[in-house]
Amino acid sequence: MSSASELRYLASHEWGRIDEEGILTVGISEHAQDLLGDIVFVELPDIGKELDAEEESAIVESVKAASDVYAPLSGEVIEINEKLLDEPEIVNNSPLEDGWFFKIKLNDSTAFESLMTEEEYNASCED
Amino acid sequence: MVDFHGWSMPINYGSQISEHVCVRENCGIFDVSHMTILDLKGKDAEEFVRKLISNDVRKLNELYEGLYSAMLNDDGGVIDDLIAYKLENGYRLVVNCATRGEDLKWISTKAKNYSVEMEERDDLSMVAIQGPNSSEVLSNCPAPIVRTLESKKKQQGVYGNDMFATKTGYTGEAGFEVILPHDLAVGLWKNAIKAGAQPIGLGARDTLRLEAGMNLYGFEMDDSISPFECNMTWTVDFTDEDRNFFGKEALMRMKKENKQYELVGLMLEERAILRQGQKVYFDDEKNIEGTVTSGTYSPTLKKPIALARVPKISAKSCYAEMRGKEVFAKIGSPRFIKEGKEIFKERI
Repeated sequence: MSSASELRYLASHEWGRIDEEGILTVGISEHAQDLLGDIVFVELPDIGKELDAEEESAIVESVKAASDVYAPLSGEVIEINEKLLDEPEIVNNSPLEDGWFFKIKLNDSTAFESLMTEEEYNASCED
Repeated sequence: MVDFHGWSMPINYGSQISEHVCVRENCGIFDVSHMTILDLKGKDAEEFVRKLISNDVRKLNELYEGLYSAMLNDDGGVIDDLIAYKLENGYRLVVNCATRGEDLKWISTKAKNYSVEMEERDDLSMVAIQGPNSSEVLSNCPAPIVRTLESKKKQQGVYGNDMFATKTGYTGEAGFEVILPHDLAVGLWKNAIKAGAQPIGLGARDTLRLEAGMNLYGFEMDDSISPFECNMTWTVDFTDEDRNFFGKEALMRMKKENKQYELVGLMLEERAILRQGQKVYFDDEKNIEGTVTSGTYSPTLKKPIALARVPKISAKSCYAEMRGKEVFAKIGSPRFIKEGKEIFKERI
């Protein structure tokens, strides 16, 4: 079983952190914010939206490029980090904590185990 | 670090936006040694340079003074933009590194009928120091001759102690650039840092020049774009009727036909950045369109800005389609910031 604070990843640089109620907090990795450079805009999904796993769910725009953020797993959006709309630099400063994007109520919380571990993700970044 | 036309260069040293703000509010230093430096010397140097570029170097009153210009092909397209500096026995051209190959080929072919020698100065580095506090760095410069630059006007320069220093730049701020041997460049760099300058990467160099409304080759212009279509009309000098610079005939024809496109500035109130190549539209049917040449988030204005080549019509706004939505932009002058202040003029 994974610990409560453990982060799991998608190869496309999103992380997810699950709590005991099966709610997944989603953000982008330290490596992703570094690649993007200064982030200037964030677009978030609507609360209540049903997302499929690996569906485009948010947009992050940096000085360099606009990128899609994918939902790691399927579920309903129950909360979004509205602070990012006015202070997108939070994503650069704290990608794994204060810079979270949205929370989803997972359809199947056991699917969390199917995501990449930090070790697997780091290895995929080196390829 | 990125490979920039064969040069390993930093996009940013830390945060690109912080570097940008540093140049607007304090002082930044850029390693721009990738720029190609060409010295043209010989009996016919003046005659040749007057033929080679669209602006007229006869305007240069002082030694070491610089003149911004286009170098055109026979169709009036921009082969490159450059600064020509007056030397004792010729001219120094600082041209883009992205176009180095084409430039060298064009210039050496055209120089054949003139008594002029071209020397590429790859023995020299180039450093730019820009920002409201750049005068601090200047007054702390160990080379006395460089310190005398203080009394010079914009575009003017000094030369001595192996250093060629001019009041030029690519940021819209006060500042200067120094061309000097590689070993001296290291010392100048360290000294500038000590005097308060912060290193600035390519990323901020691009957003600074875009806010200032300065062109970037391959974006605002290329060899199929005339100076009239990229806000470079002011660099074409027709005053001397006997001066037949390359591209002049084509430009005269275009003048008669009345140019169709122009470069404008776009300002957006929405959270979306227009990028190079994106289309902007002027009518519901999308029959009338223009093209974004450069777009970015302006760290000074804290909103998205862009330059675009658009049909010459008096529209006040246009729109782009982004992610399935229509995004509106106000149209105005192709320049946004000068010396830290907003100078964008919306069409009214």
